[in-house]
Amino acid sequence: MDQGFFLLFAAASVVAALTLVLARNPVHSALALMACFLQVSAIFVLLAAPLLAVIQIFIYVGAIMVLFLFVIMMIDVREAVLQRFLPGSNLPVLVLLVLLGVEMLVLVLRSDRFSVAEPVAMRTGGEVRQLSTTLFADYLLPFEVASVILLAALVGAIVLARKEPQ
Amino acid sequence: MVPLWWYIVLGVVLFVIGAAGVLLRRNILVVLMSLELLLNSVNINFIAFGHYYDDFRGQIFAIFVIAITAAEVAVALGILVALARNKSTLKVDEVTMMKG
Repeated sequence: MDQGFFLLFAAASVVAALTLVLARNPVHSALALMACFLQVSAIFVLLAAPLLAVIQIFIYVGAIMVLFLFVIMMIDVREAVLQRFLPGSNLPVLVLLVLLGVEMLVLVLRSDRFSVAEPVAMRTGGEVRQLSTTLFADYLLPFEVASVILLAALVGAIVLARKEPQ
Repeated sequence: MVPLWWYIVLGVVLFVIGAAGVLLRRNILVVLMSLELLLNSVNINFIAFGHYYDDFRGQIFAIFVIAITAAEVAVALGILVALARNKSTLKVDEVTMMKG
């Protein structure tokens, strides 16, 4: 049952990712990326991380993709439709990518450091409570630093996108 | 029960597709979207390992990755709007202002 759902979501997410890379129109790429994020959040639910799934939908699909679509509407993307890929031969890049994928798979699957056949212990309820206790007790300083980074990014984005005074 | 290596393979496949988008596409917007895909495929690995080792740190790290990603996208899109306004091009190979 779980495996069937995983295969379904994984296949849908890979198809959406390929659509993202291959689509001519940037709007289609954005919509494909949105579909891919939804599939990934379903995979997070399968991994017993419902909080992360909700965060994924809220932040990625709700905020980041809407930002992308706004920018696509603001600027002219008609000429981007004409040429999808960089000019010149792309063969070295493709070879590099295949090597990268093979290397990651071999290193990860052939190493004996994680021969985890089945989970150590299945967690019971109250996961979100435990997760937030860990986050706000043990990881309070990184959390605050992340909020400062977000504030800095907010101010930086406003400054960067502002029109220069003549 | 889904084996752990299925998740790893999914993460690797999504990572390679995203890297292909970053390296091959000509439009800066699509390059940024592929970058999002890269970060998201890493999150799958974090949460899968966290689940299988029964450790919360995977999920916590994924939360931080998402927060930093949001900051990165805001700044990147700000730069992109400024670029489109000043240079009126969105092609990766035409933005060579810092080439010297």
